[in-house]
Amino acid sequence: MLIDWFTVGAQALNFLVLVWLMKRFLYHPILRAIDAREQRIATELVDAAAKKAEARKESDEFAHKNAEFDRQRADLFLKAADEVKAERQRLFEEVRQAADAAETKRRETLQNDARSLNDAIRVCAQQEVFAIARKVLGDLATTSLEERMGEVFTRRLRELDGAAKASLAAAITNAPAPALLRSTFELPAAQRAVIQHALNETFSAEVRVRFETSPDLVSGIELTISGQKMAWSIAEYFVSLEKGIGELLNHEAQPSHANSSVPALS
Amino acid sequence: MRLSPDEMIFWQHGFFKLNATIVFTWGLMLVLAVGSKLITRQLSTGLERSRWQNLMEIVVTAILKQIEEVGLREPRKYLSFLGTLFLFVAMATLCTILPSFEPPTGSLSTTAALALCVFAAVPLFGVRDQGLGGYLKSYVEPTVIMLPFNLISELSRTLALAVRLFGNMMSGAMIIAILLTITPFIFPIVMTALGLLTGLVQAYIFSILAAVYIAAATRTKEPAEKFLTSNKKITING
Repeated sequence: MLIDWFTVGAQALNFLVLVWLMKRFLYHPILRAIDAREQRIATELVDAAAKKAEARKESDEFAHKNAEFDRQRADLFLKAADEVKAERQRLFEEVRQAADAAETKRRETLQNDARSLNDAIRVCAQQEVFAIARKVLGDLATTSLEERMGEVFTRRLRELDGAAKASLAAAITNAPAPALLRSTFELPAAQRAVIQHALNETFSAEVRVRFETSPDLVSGIELTISGQKMAWSIAEYFVSLEKGIGELLNHEAQPSHANSSVPALS
Repeated sequence: MRLSPDEMIFWQHGFFKLNATIVFTWGLMLVLAVGSKLITRQLSTGLERSRWQNLMEIVVTAILKQIEEVGLREPRKYLSFLGTLFLFVAMATLCTILPSFEPPTGSLSTTAALALCVFAAVPLFGVRDQGLGGYLKSYVEPTVIMLPFNLISELSRTLALAVRLFGNMMSGAMIIAILLTITPFIFPIVMTALGLLTGLVQAYIFSILAAVYIAAATRTKEPAEKFLTSNKKITING
């Protein structure tokens, strides 16, 4: 007989034992491992999704910040450009003012120089003229320059016109104090006597005179009484000479000033 | 000539005996149990795993998928029973390439025992799933007249299961034995290879039929529709 019932029972039992063994050693562990892996993958996917979302959020934030940064940079650039423009304008203005100030200073310096030169020329000319005059007068005559001045003064005194003479005469008459006669140098007694005599003669009175030396006068003699004044001085000629030289200098300074111009700024 | 390994008896004491069928079955049980234990000793839950673990995972998930495709709702509940059926029969077939190995499935006693296990498992799973009333009611559907036919069907399919597997396995072993006596060189090898194929197909058929029987016993409305839809799809695809 093909079927042995003991073997059937034993095999059924064997099979059931095998089912238990396989369940114990194969199916449960393998399924647990698969479940754990799936769980892990699911967790990782969730994490990845969260990270992706976070990354997208950060990316958006970064893009937003980038745009904001670009905008701020553009604003700052515009602002800086405006500031540079304003600063440039201000510096131009400063330079222009500095140039104007320098020009003014230069002009003042030029004028000062001209004035100083004028003074120097005047003093020099004065000294030269004195020296020449003295030498010439010394060479031509025995009379000194001072004597000659006294003579010129007396001659002028005598040649006074009517109005001036009357005015001076009135002043001499009414004057409580003696007339003041100032001269650059100490007049010798003879010269004083000549002048006293000429005064007495001219005004037909005993004119009291007080002689005084004054270095302010430039080689001349001056008679002052009660506000009236009569004088002769080489200074008059010097004033005339100075005027002439001043005009000449002004005339020369004018073209140089006209030629100077403010340099172009860029 | 020996038709069944039952006839090869190593030890006997009255009704009890120790024949080749039982011994080879123990051998297979040992290989399967120890192999499983060794493979699942160090299981990895990470993405990297050993080749054997990978193979076992493929086998287990393939069995689960097959059970699910048959229409059983919770394949894990039936995995132990159906998966062991498949692995036992398949292992018995694969071991036929070993010299002097007699597949225990070539014994009608073994196939009958397996068929009886299926015969017992079907109502057990049915009752667990639908309850006793629900399961018994399935015998009188669609009408009471169908009750005897259903009962005959239960018995006949159990018998068919046992005989089909036995016939195929026994015939394969028989053909090889006959060919060995006639042409002992090339043909037995070819037939052994063919026997491996038919044996694996039989393992698949046996476990799938068992799954179908259990599915028929446990089927409720929703999975039934799914099963029908699945069948329809297969038909259309076929």
